[in-house]
Amino acid sequence: MSIISSAHGEAEAQPVTPAGGQPVGKKIEGRSPWRLAYERLRADRAAIISLVTIIVIVLCAVFAPVFASITGHPPNVQYVNTGENAAGGPVPPSSLFWLGTDSNGRDLLVRIVYGARISLEIGVLSTLLAVALGTILGLAAGFFGRVVDTIIARIVDVMLSIPFLLLALSLAYIVGPSVLVVTFIIGGFSWAAVARIVRGQVMTMREKEYIEAARALGAGPWRIMIIDLLPNVIAQVIVYASLLIPLAIVAEAGLSFLGVGVPAPTADWGEMISTAGGYYQYGYWWFLFFPSLALLLTTFAFNIFGDSVRDAFDPRGGQLFV
Amino acid sequence: MIRFLIRRIALAILVLWLVSVGVFALFFIGPGPNQVARVMAGRLATAARIAQIRHDLHLDQPIYLQYWHWLWNLLHGDLGYDYYQGQSVDSVIKLAAPITISLVIGAAIIWLVYGVLTGVLSAVKSRSLLDRGFTASALTFYSMPTFVLGFSLIWLLSYEGNSLFGGFFIAHEQWISFTSNPLGWARLLILPWITVALVTAATYTRLTRGSMLDVMGEDYIRTARSKGMRERRVILRHGLRAALTPVVTQAGLDIGASLGGVVITEQVFGLPGLGWTAVQAINQQDLPLIMGIVILASVFVVVANLVVDMLYAVLDPRARLN
Repeated sequence: MSIISSAHGEAEAQPVTPAGGQPVGKKIEGRSPWRLAYERLRADRAAIISLVTIIVIVLCAVFAPVFASITGHPPNVQYVNTGENAAGGPVPPSSLFWLGTDSNGRDLLVRIVYGARISLEIGVLSTLLAVALGTILGLAAGFFGRVVDTIIARIVDVMLSIPFLLLALSLAYIVGPSVLVVTFIIGGFSWAAVARIVRGQVMTMREKEYIEAARALGAGPWRIMIIDLLPNVIAQVIVYASLLIPLAIVAEAGLSFLGVGVPAPTADWGEMISTAGGYYQYGYWWFLFFPSLALLLTTFAFNIFGDSVRDAFDPRGGQLFV
Repeated sequence: MIRFLIRRIALAILVLWLVSVGVFALFFIGPGPNQVARVMAGRLATAARIAQIRHDLHLDQPIYLQYWHWLWNLLHGDLGYDYYQGQSVDSVIKLAAPITISLVIGAAIIWLVYGVLTGVLSAVKSRSLLDRGFTASALTFYSMPTFVLGFSLIWLLSYEGNSLFGGFFIAHEQWISFTSNPLGWARLLILPWITVALVTAATYTRLTRGSMLDVMGEDYIRTARSKGMRERRVILRHGLRAALTPVVTQAGLDIGASLGGVVITEQVFGLPGLGWTAVQAINQQDLPLIMGIVILASVFVVVANLVVDMLYAVLDPRARLN
């Protein structure tokens, strides 16, 4: 069910020729689910394109200082003479400022690549936090059952029924926004869905024979959870995580947009778009357009890649994208 | 069934209570009480004046006592008065709620119709160009942060396209109520409706598509076809009807969550609904107003959850066991 799925369809049909030129169909090769998923992913054109896009964005973020030195414009320096027009507004793209400047006369291109750092950092870190918390609590709830399950399941219910944005806003306002605070807020509000998925999986697996066998061999609860149960839920968790990253990036941009993101003057896409919202109607289109494009490209690439990862693990098409 | 209902309602009350305690505590951990007193006293206020204001607003009482007062009043249907204008929170909410409700109901109709329609077409013509087109557009809008889409629509249709559309699309105008001028009301809301609907519809396209594909593979669909029933009737009467259950569930949850304030959309279009009011209240640390809106938003979510679960329990007896 991937977007541009012709390549994907072929991948399912074509068996991979074994190395060494042996006759196809004679040798039966055992392939692990991981290997199958990897091969499906590699044959999925949309996955490759989106992965390349993601890598390019990551490289831009990592080498942001290079952009600054090539253009000679550090991200937080205001160019009052060259970067602002007579009225003090942004100047359009030119050979001096490739993507124009923002309302403070700063180089937009340089700020966009620096903004990628914040987006990716918070997107990935908060997802890791959510996945770690969700997996641990989901495993514990599903495996131990009884009181542990009741408590964790109720906490999950509470987490899923609070108005996220309003609470996140209040929290960020009060604690004072910073990269760490925003990461913890987004991660802290998104683990519940992961926990719910893991718990469900573990509850069905708990009664299987191999768990009983592990118990009979004298394995303790931690061993069973980590050695026997975790590998069986990890695929689902990875799929969910890959779809969670773009959501986290959008959430971060949303908080910045509402004024409680990473504090100024740090370059941040949400903040840039929010500020541009007061300018673009006066003809300063580039100020809104380029940061929006950067944000859209990033979330789009991550979503397509996440979708492909999901397809690769479960080609029948699951219900995770909801 | 009765036991199930009682348990769910008890849980709902627990969730509301936890949210209210959480928000209340946040206010007192943060700069709230001081900020309110300082702002009200003005820049040149003496310490005595600030203390006086804190006393007048009961902000100098022990926190548990203040919480108890708030809860006591709430149980008597009184949400208190906002700190700055002294308006009753009830009246502020009564002013803002119709705006949010107008926005959500209109958007929900568009996203349901559009999402289900594209989902059914995608499923019926699975793997066709049409299917891929709908899926690709669904992922694009799903990846689009609300404010990016909102600004784009304002820019394309309201500013740049104004000559094209005869100035039909407007944004950032005074709120017009439905009862005073239905046409003006719709004109003011059309862009926000499209914004919320497009971002949300993606989920419904995918959900309907997946669910339709499952259902259309069932035996009774084959039976219906073999009886010589026309395909249109098979799809609409037998297929869609069964496939709609998860869609209805999702719609219930989404509408519930949105009613608590479509925060970013209201911000982008300058609509003074619940979300917009909440953002103002958070920036001013206006506790009674924050509490009122957050509790109301949680009530919407919790009630939506409850209704959906009850519908499920009625439709599927297995759900009652959980």
